[in-house]
Amino acid sequence: MTSVWPLLEPWLAQVQKPARYIGCEDGAKAKAPDPALVSWLFTYPDTYEIGLPNQGLQILYEIINERADARADRAYAPWTDLEAIMRLQAIPLFSVEHHTPAAEFDVIAFNLSAELTYTNLINCIDLAGLPIYSRDRSADDPLIMVGGHCMFNPEPVADFVDVAVLGDGEEVVSELTELIAHQRQSGETKQQLLVSIAGLQGCYVPSLYQPQYSNDGAYIGLLPTLDGLPGTVEKRTVADLAQWPYPKEQLIPLTEVVHDRLNVEVFRGCTRGCRFCQAGMITRPVRERPAEQVRTMVQSGLKRSGYDEVALTSLSTADFSSIENTVGAIMDDADSMGCGPVSVSLPSLRVDAFGVGIAAQLQRARRSGLTFAPEAGTWRMRQIINKLIREEDLYEAVEAAFSQGWQRVKLYFLIGLPSETDEDTLAIADLAKACVKLGRAHTKRASVTVSIGGFVPKPFTPFQWFGQNTAAELQRKVNLLKDATRRANGVNIKWHDPKATVVEGINSRGDRRISAVIEDVWRNGGTFQEWSEHFDMQRWTDAMDRAGLTVEDVVYRHRHQDEALPWDHISAGLHKDFLWTDWQDALAQVGLPDCRWTPCYDCGACTGYGIEHVVASATPPAGGSQGTGQDLATGNSVPVQLLGPKA
Amino acid sequence: MKVRVRYSRHGRIRFISHRDTARIMERAFRKLAIPVVYSQGFSPRPKFSFGLALTVGHESEAEYLDVDLVSLDHLESLPQQLTQALPDGLTVEAAIQLDQGAASLQQVVKCCQWRIEVIGAPIEAVMKAVSALVAAPQLPLERERKGKTSVVDVRPAILELQVVGPTVHGVELLALLANEDLSIRPSELIRVLALDLREGQVCRTHQFTNAEGGRVEPIDRSNLIAAGATMATNPLAPSAWPAESQAS
Ligand code: SF4
Repeated sequence: MTSVWPLLEPWLAQVQKPARYIGCEDGAKAKAPDPALVSWLFTYPDTYEIGLPNQGLQILYEIINERADARADRAYAPWTDLEAIMRLQAIPLFSVEHHTPAAEFDVIAFNLSAELTYTNLINCIDLAGLPIYSRDRSADDPLIMVGGHCMFNPEPVADFVDVAVLGDGEEVVSELTELIAHQRQSGETKQQLLVSIAGLQGCYVPSLYQPQYSNDGAYIGLLPTLDGLPGTVEKRTVADLAQWPYPKEQLIPLTEVVHDRLNVEVFRGCTRGCRFCQAGMITRPVRERPAEQVRTMVQSGLKRSGYDEVALTSLSTADFSSIENTVGAIMDDADSMGCGPVSVSLPSLRVDAFGVGIAAQLQRARRSGLTFAPEAGTWRMRQIINKLIREEDLYEAVEAAFSQGWQRVKLYFLIGLPSETDEDTLAIADLAKACVKLGRAHTKRASVTVSIGGFVPKPFTPFQWFGQNTAAELQRKVNLLKDATRRANGVNIKWHDPKATVVEGINSRGDRRISAVIEDVWRNGGTFQEWSEHFDMQRWTDAMDRAGLTVEDVVYRHRHQDEALPWDHISAGLHKDFLWTDWQDALAQVGLPDCRWTPCYDCGACTGYGIEHVVASATPPAGGSQGTGQDLATGNSVPVQLLGPKA
Repeated sequence: MKVRVRYSRHGRIRFISHRDTARIMERAFRKLAIPVVYSQGFSPRPKFSFGLALTVGHESEAEYLDVDLVSLDHLESLPQQLTQALPDGLTVEAAIQLDQGAASLQQVVKCCQWRIEVIGAPIEAVMKAVSALVAAPQLPLERERKGKTSVVDVRPAILELQVVGPTVHGVELLALLANEDLSIRPSELIRVLALDLREGQVCRTHQFTNAEGGRVEPIDRSNLIAAGATMATNPLAPSAWPAESQAS
């Protein structure tokens, strides 16, 4: 294998943040290029700062490098300044470890966890010197694989990629490696390899399926082109997180990145059942890491990295069984290690689980920011989205925070939710003002930052049939809130660009025809669409016109119950009729309890795959969860496997 | 106790920023469980004081860091311990204890010596340009700061300058540049050479403080040797110094 380093090095002093391109992180694997090994290039299609911390890629990177028959490097999208130089100097996309050209790997595997990165995906394929469409690539070219949450609707990128992997990647990455190694030995063709890959659970090979459209241009489904292909591609789920204590050696970057701290995943999955939340729906059931393993991973991670902050990550960390004890133990360990103060952050804290107890534990060291996500302003709206937290819960949490010395609290809200009225929107301002008032009793400097995102209905949620609010409507609601808080001291409002929300909608629920739109936007210079300075909605609407598609049809339109959805051939385990019933319940303001502590309602995520929740406690966490305090009729028993000393 | 550390920076890691270096140093002390004094307040920071920032992309054989430690068991083994805790390319050469009231690096460093590779002109042209520069009574340089341009005479900041010889890609210069009220950066020196030159490899070889009897480094040579620095890679022998400078 070759290295582009001698070509690259003379230019690095001229670009912004050249440390993005040098590798050298603690934890980087220096497994030397060797043609005998199956080689993977794990790539994040955005900047190094955003891509490096991606836990999914780090986990797979370690698993592959631990294998005797494989090796992996990493790559990130070069920023536009370096890209211009690379194109002029004919420097291809490269790995940061060995500066090996991307096209020399067997697989280039991308993490797609944001729909706005799709144009960067094809830009990276192009920078690698490869044709962007899978049909134009030869048998010698690397396989382009993609994974990540966005791949629960892979159709918008289906024409670009060879394989889309659904769900947890820990096991399937090795199975794929073995199939590739076997192909080499047996001399199978690329087509034969792809057919075998399509037989692996969790692997979708788009080129083997043909989309169908009606005469009036409506998407009506997708057909396998060969006998024996699965009609539905099921996701992968790792049953026991305890067996996967990865990353064991988290990458410690030399330069600042987002989430620049030790990150330890404490559980995967969430069954609170918030209806807007795709991450919660597609990662069911809940699988907790044993508290003792969390503790040792934190301890060894802090020692190894020298970080002064650890985040316990999950979709709702306050739900972790005995979270208070775990945080307390981590703090005690940190004190005895003598490395200096350590702060623990719990991203995605739920208000109904945040009490003075956790607040007191967290503020033993440096206080990091506190963010709560009530998501909606009124109880009515929160019933519709099944985020069953009461106003009192929010006030208690905020009170706990301010009383324990925090001065700033951040609140996340969504606008554009189903059946939302202006009353619901304006209630966000009232909540924020009430929180500031609570805080002012403790400190004059109390302030609340309200962060507003426009709601994008996502595949495999009960809201997947809902027509997204238009950009104009979202902007109108933002303006309502700006007006309502203009004179409110201590309330700061931040919002996401409604136009970017529309594009996220295009890429979230579009069908395979969106590939042409993504290509068009890319050809017109639309890369780094997550960055406001590079985002331009006009490119997307023009591209939609040229492709003969409308934003109205793809984004704003409500779907019918009997219409074919572009992701119907994909399965996250969830029964479609469960989702539909939940959608109807939402409109009727009927809540759904958390199935960790109440009877299973057979959404399909466990029952379909023969797995279970893995939790350490049979009782709900502080504050309860989604109506677990209600008197519910007993039904089936709860499929909960308790963690504990294994027999 | 106050400790001064001298370290070098070579290879790919030369592309990190000053801020990155501070964070890496902070983590290294934490990894070693050497307690650093933290500032008070809502967001405590370790009490570090770096001298002159090193430009992204430049190497150095003479970087310094002053750090306030709660305690330290073995000063002698600190260089080796720290080097192990730091990423490849950052090597700690020496550490000394400072008096509590010692002047800061910012205050004491008066000039730095640089090896500067310039690319884009034959050696004869570079030699001519260097001679012309050395002979010039004044060297006006246009500087831009916060949108305002001003013209500064930088000639007094160029204390010594000579051509060392050819490199693979260009020509190597050795320069002693002031860091007092008037200062000049290597990139600016290249500009005032008035040739169409590009910057190649740049390495800070020394930082000097003015002391009676000549220039002294913030950590002097005897400490470096004691800490095991190799003479071969550290051209610290007086013979390697620009003894007969062409500039006054
Ligand atoms: S299958 Fe039952 S227990 Fe499992 S996530 Fe669905 S509702 Fe909950």
